[in-house]
Amino acid sequence: MSEDKKPLKPLATGDRTIPPEGAKMIPIYIMGREYMVPETLTIMKAVEYAGYTYIRGCGCRGGICGACGTFYRFLGDYRLRSGLACQTVAGPNMVIMQLPFFPLNRPDYVLDEIKGNPHEELRRLYPEVFKCIGCGTCTRTCPMDIDVMDYIALMKRGDLKGAAHKSFDCVMCGLCASRCPAQITQFMAAMFVRRVYGKYILPRAGHLERRVSEVKGGKYEKALKGLAAMKQDEVKKLYVEREREPDLAEPGKWMPRDVTNL
Amino acid sequence: MSGYTPELKELIRKVEATRPARVEKARKGEHFPALTLEQRQEWLRKYHPDYKNDGRRKVLVGPNRGAELPEEIAALLESKSRIDPLAIDLKRTDYEADLLVIGAGGAGTAAALAAQEAGLKVLVSTKLRHGDSNTVMAEGGIQGATQEGDSPYLHYLDVIGGGHFSNVPELVAALTNDAPLIIHWLEGLGMMFDKMPDGRMKVRHGGGTCRKRMHSSGDMTGAEIMRVVRDEARNRSGDIKILEFSPAVELILDEEGRAAGAVLYNLETKEYYVARARAVLIATGGFGRLHIQGFPTTNHYGATADGCVMAYRAGVRLQDMDSTQYHPTGAIFPEQNVGLLITEKVRGLGAQILNAEGEQFCFPLEPRDVESACIIRECLDIGKGVATPTGRSGVWLDSPMIDMLHGEGTVRKELPAKYIQFKRYDMDISKSPMLIYPTLHYQNGGILINEWAETGVKGLYSAGEVAGGVHGRNRLMGNSLLDVLVFGRRAGLRAAEYAKSNRPGVKLTLRHVEAFNREVEEAGIDGARTAPILLPDYSPDHVRARQVG
Ligand SMILES: Cc1cc2nc3c(=O)[nH]c(=O)nc-3n(C[C@H](O)[C@H](O)[C@H](O)COP(=O)(O)OP(=O)(O)OC[C@H]3O[C@@H](n4cnc5c(N)ncnc54)[C@H](O)[C@@H]3O)c2cc1C
Ligand code: SF4
Ligand code: SF4
Ligand code: FES
Repeated sequence: MSEDKKPLKPLATGDRTIPPEGAKMIPIYIMGREYMVPETLTIMKAVEYAGYTYIRGCGCRGGICGACGTFYRFLGDYRLRSGLACQTVAGPNMVIMQLPFFPLNRPDYVLDEIKGNPHEELRRLYPEVFKCIGCGTCTRTCPMDIDVMDYIALMKRGDLKGAAHKSFDCVMCGLCASRCPAQITQFMAAMFVRRVYGKYILPRAGHLERRVSEVKGGKYEKALKGLAAMKQDEVKKLYVEREREPDLAEPGKWMPRDVTNL
Repeated sequence: MSGYTPELKELIRKVEATRPARVEKARKGEHFPALTLEQRQEWLRKYHPDYKNDGRRKVLVGPNRGAELPEEIAALLESKSRIDPLAIDLKRTDYEADLLVIGAGGAGTAAALAAQEAGLKVLVSTKLRHGDSNTVMAEGGIQGATQEGDSPYLHYLDVIGGGHFSNVPELVAALTNDAPLIIHWLEGLGMMFDKMPDGRMKVRHGGGTCRKRMHSSGDMTGAEIMRVVRDEARNRSGDIKILEFSPAVELILDEEGRAAGAVLYNLETKEYYVARARAVLIATGGFGRLHIQGFPTTNHYGATADGCVMAYRAGVRLQDMDSTQYHPTGAIFPEQNVGLLITEKVRGLGAQILNAEGEQFCFPLEPRDVESACIIRECLDIGKGVATPTGRSGVWLDSPMIDMLHGEGTVRKELPAKYIQFKRYDMDISKSPMLIYPTLHYQNGGILINEWAETGVKGLYSAGEVAGGVHGRNRLMGNSLLDVLVFGRRAGLRAAEYAKSNRPGVKLTLRHVEAFNREVEEAGIDGARTAPILLPDYSPDHVRARQVG
């Protein structure tokens, strides 16, 4: 260790927040009760700083699982806002209510049996989708900035490809559904549409089909058994000698020089 | 740039001061020298958390007694049960099923689907909501040899070479053989893979691959897999019952020592339940939330190694539990992004790693473990780390170099998700650098299994991140999503055969738990904690100090 520099020990470990001395404290209101927390924390970490231990309302802590949908207002401002607690910074005078659960409508279906007309099936499963009044509340509410109203409109029109792509970033937090005057569970209808699109509308991968029948026919079993039984030095040699597919090679066109182990 | 504090802005000026010269050198292909192989070993030994001997010790009880493990894991394995085994009435069965799946991430859900297809009634116990897991967080992709120029044979070589040849060969063979089947299964479930117009899968290289075989679904591959398999499980709710917020806390055995169920705990009502089953699968995922040596983590809230704890008490050996994947570049600022993964691509595009003086101190593309060691050394030993307002320390990742090297707009185009995640907090990573530190990413080791996901206890299966051996001591990106589905499905199928051909046990017992508690006492471990811990505790000191009741 160099003499003149003081080594720096990290103070905060894991996900616990230890504010440095002099950190600015701000008031927030968790379900109406006031707590003082250091500024710059997410709502999730501010709530933990206040002393809560999450059971519900916390999952990935990284903005992708949708467990932490939250509504909030600032004191003195009429606007109702929404966000993910793990991604939204807590600001002064924020009044917070998380929505860890919301009842949803999700009829069961059998994906393999939806061959004929997926749009008709959507109408049968989710008739309420066709009663959207176009108020736009869902779009304003979505923490992923998805134009929810638009994907609902695409569904109504039968553009399932459009709806599948438009709804792709959905983390299924349920905030849209909680505010819909037409009582639509938008994100569940979207889940159905994406699966129908992925299975029936996106073209299937022919090369995959062929490879699957090769694997099922046991084509690779012997070679793999051989590798598993091989001495480590021999495996190392094979590993080092691998030929690397060029980054810009065109899928399906490029072939290695040595084709014996394909 | 207004997202930075005045102190940090001051330090950024130092980075900006050295940048033109660094970019000039980078253009000429001049790099900071990489470590020699000897230096690598030395740096790793001194600074990598896996190698450092302080923070490790021999575990005193159980099947791995005597093994050197990180303090956090040793202490966890030496904990006593949360329950008094005698207080649980095993004659009163609250739930009954053919297969009990513990953990509803990718592995658990895949197993439930496979077992249901084979005719079983499945009960799934999970800690948070169905799908709140590490699976949902995976961004990059899933590997599988599906293209003509590729084969499971070559995939095998990549996996075992990446794991420094420490993997269990039979597990690697199973993994790579089944990979195309898994991708095909997902396609049939309606997963939206990235495809060419004719349906051909788009594939990319990953670290350590000889063929392009990384399949993806945007930059949320894991989330798409999770929501698709979860949706399918919901369609089969008649046969697959999911109990959320009801984690398992102990395994139950029968009079012959076979797995026969588990004690479940309702996190909300604080009741314990007895769940009885003919076969049991542990699929509880990784251990990032143990925060080994204080590291932040990329893992989800429930990643606390519960499955290892329960299996250990039932006599199952663990392997490679001292091997952890630290990702060198986890965000540490702003506080909201702590633990957030900053992909390797950023360094691949030319961003350098710098200390508080704005100086380079390591080659930015060392292997993951070596790179992590260099950063830790700079912060803790040399003392040239940058302190954040919340008391963390780290180094700069100079992302603005990317646009200077490859042209304006490259950052936004190549790293859209990261760009947005910082933009939210008023930081433009194409203009100012990010603060990073190594972050705990993946549990390499775990429960010892064979290629059918069987453990040493009859009727007990394990699959996914909680199991060890598949990746040896180092995992390549894209093989974990694959692993959880391959071995999840294999476990489901094998459990179905087992459940149909074996008479269930008559008498249930928790005697192994009693015996384990005794062993802990006899080993003289004082103040033994209780485990599984289920959820990490993030309450601050001033709150804890007042929780005196
Ligand atoms: C940020 C991030 C990015 C990643 N990127 C990739 C990638 O690009 N490609 C790749 O292949 N891999 C990637 N990985 C790794 C991969 O996602 C995981 O290793 C894998 O998904 C683990 O799946 P699993 O089913 O074993 O565990 P998980 O998906 O974590 O599921 C375990 C489940 O068990 C539950 N559980 C825990 N304890 C209990 C208990 N006591 N009782 C009941 N339930 C319990 C948990 O709550 C959870 O729901 C990434 C991981 C992370 C964190
Ligand atoms: S579409 Fe609805 S459920 Fe999906 S992320 Fe937006 S608000 Fe949440
Ligand atoms: S909130 Fe409901 S009614 Fe309003 S636009 Fe959205 S889906 Fe339509
Ligand atoms: S905790 Fe997963 S999105 Fe916030």
